[in-house]
Amino acid sequence: MILCTPYRLPLTPGTARHTSDYVTTDDTNPFIRLRGRSVMALVLAPEAPLATWLTALNAQVARAPTFFDGRPVLMDLGGLPANTPDVAGFLRALEGRGIRIIGTEGAHPSWPGIEAWGRPLPASGKAGRPITVPDETHATPAPAAGGEVNSLVIEQPVRSGQCVVFEKGDVTILGSIGSGAEVIAGGSIHVYGALRGRAIAGLAGNAKARIFCRRMEAELVVIDGVYQTADDMPAALIGKAAQAWLDGDQMKMTALDSTDTGDANGQSPGRNIRQGRRR
Amino acid sequence: MAKVLVVTSGKGGVGKTTSTAALGAALAQNGANVVVVDFDVGLRNLDLVMGAERRVVYDLINVVQGDAKLVQALIRDKRIENLSLLPASQTRDKDALTPEGVERVIGELKGKFDWVICDSSAGIEKGAMLAMYHADVAVVVTNPEVSSVRDSDRIIGMLDSKTAKAERGEAIEKHLLITRFDAGRAARGEMLSVDDVVEILSIPLLGIIPESEEVLRASNVGSPVTLASPAGIAARAYFDAARRLSGETVEMVVPMERKGLMSRLFGRRVA
Ligand SMILES: Nc1ncnc2c1ncn2[C@@H]1O[C@H](COP(=O)(O)OP(=O)(O)OP(=O)(O)O)[C@@H](O)[C@H]1O
Ligand SMILES: [Mg+2]
Repeated sequence: MILCTPYRLPLTPGTARHTSDYVTTDDTNPFIRLRGRSVMALVLAPEAPLATWLTALNAQVARAPTFFDGRPVLMDLGGLPANTPDVAGFLRALEGRGIRIIGTEGAHPSWPGIEAWGRPLPASGKAGRPITVPDETHATPAPAAGGEVNSLVIEQPVRSGQCVVFEKGDVTILGSIGSGAEVIAGGSIHVYGALRGRAIAGLAGNAKARIFCRRMEAELVVIDGVYQTADDMPAALIGKAAQAWLDGDQMKMTALDSTDTGDANGQSPGRNIRQGRRR
Repeated sequence: MAKVLVVTSGKGGVGKTTSTAALGAALAQNGANVVVVDFDVGLRNLDLVMGAERRVVYDLINVVQGDAKLVQALIRDKRIENLSLLPASQTRDKDALTPEGVERVIGELKGKFDWVICDSSAGIEKGAMLAMYHADVAVVVTNPEVSSVRDSDRIIGMLDSKTAKAERGEAIEKHLLITRFDAGRAARGEMLSVDDVVEILSIPLLGIIPESEEVLRASNVGSPVTLASPAGIAARAYFDAARRLSGETVEMVVPMERKGLMSRLFGRRVA
């Protein structure tokens, strides 16, 4: 089993696709503009022997052929013994499989050819959370001719510590998203149980994405980079069937049951992690 | 058909070892042939709760490594002859457990017993994963408090993905055992209610074991609570759970100390 962990550069609260902040100097000084950007990378931590691990990876790629498409990958090599042969060749083999390596971590300086993979990043304290790689062979329906696969249905609850990533479209969960679990979707997220963990919708810049759930007890909801933590959410909606969407740069949250709305409707502004742009 | 049952939890100290001993003894008291296996290598505990600590010669690791035969390591309970213990080693470390060795020992145990009950260490490291890997049935021990429930949720996710059954595409049978339940504190909202825990974890409820002095007393005298005070409230809850494990339908009652019930009935004086 290959362990993929989402890795966050330690920049932003929330799990944003992008965060921009401008830093400007005062008028008398030359103007310089800095832009911070947070991306989500996958961390792959291969284990020795590498040949066995590659075989397992091949099987995973066969089941989810598009999983690694366009995703930055960070190689955590700290788990490999110092005497592992030909690590550089192994990394080349990964690139040959279309895996885009943006950096390495924990590489042993004595490995021949390892310099070619750049200066290792400082080891991060956080391991990140395991991601369930969607099994495209049966998790998603076969694409209609010429059409795009754009929805993923998950029949079990998403449990604490699990993370589901589906960038291509909507995710529907028949159970609950547990506290400490995370679902990341390019489109909308539909939860037929309770949403107790984190829901991140509209990942690829889709401001039209929404989050729906039968019971709102979320730790965090994010749509296209705009986020709300549990503390920001309108108290009257907690425990209710609710939806969240974006009105411009504002996150709105309302009860789904229209008889239940009234004052409960959240007009709370939502925090925008892109705010810097407007300064 | 022998069944392999793992007693597991995310969080430590929630009552796994206590429950392994009590459920194992209860099943044996009802006539089944039972072995309890201590997978908590490095922390010998189950032998103490079973009162067998002074009879340990060989242990699980000796058998896994082929240094002892299974029959040499098994300790038969002095009180119930159809209950045995396979103890853990205090001195070796978990790395001595190999997947192949564990598989062979579990296979041998399945040939000898109706129930193979494995007491696991808390958490998700190697020892706990090996203990759950071969299980047909899992009992997820949870206290009615937020961190324990959340960690159990995580373990249930592991049971659904990291066990041999899951890898074969089969579902592992999972049961929720709520332990150290205090009806009074739950009513006052100081603990999660049974309904909350069941709703969050959404697996079938096997039993509700009350917080009870009897459990502490039993473990101090080295006896499963179902043997030490079989008529007590904790033991009865464990007996009910054991019957449910054997497939019987037993009505679920929320256990209450008798004095609590009495004070509830007679606590108010007529004005
Ligand atoms: N129902 C109960 N009422 C009162 N005390 C209990 C109850 N269940 C367990 N305990 C006590 O809680 C403590 C921890 O129990 P136990 O050793 O069974 O937990 P564990 O889950 O096996 O712990 P570990 O994770 O360390 O192996 C012990 O002192 C035990 O006597
Ligand atoms: Mg224990």
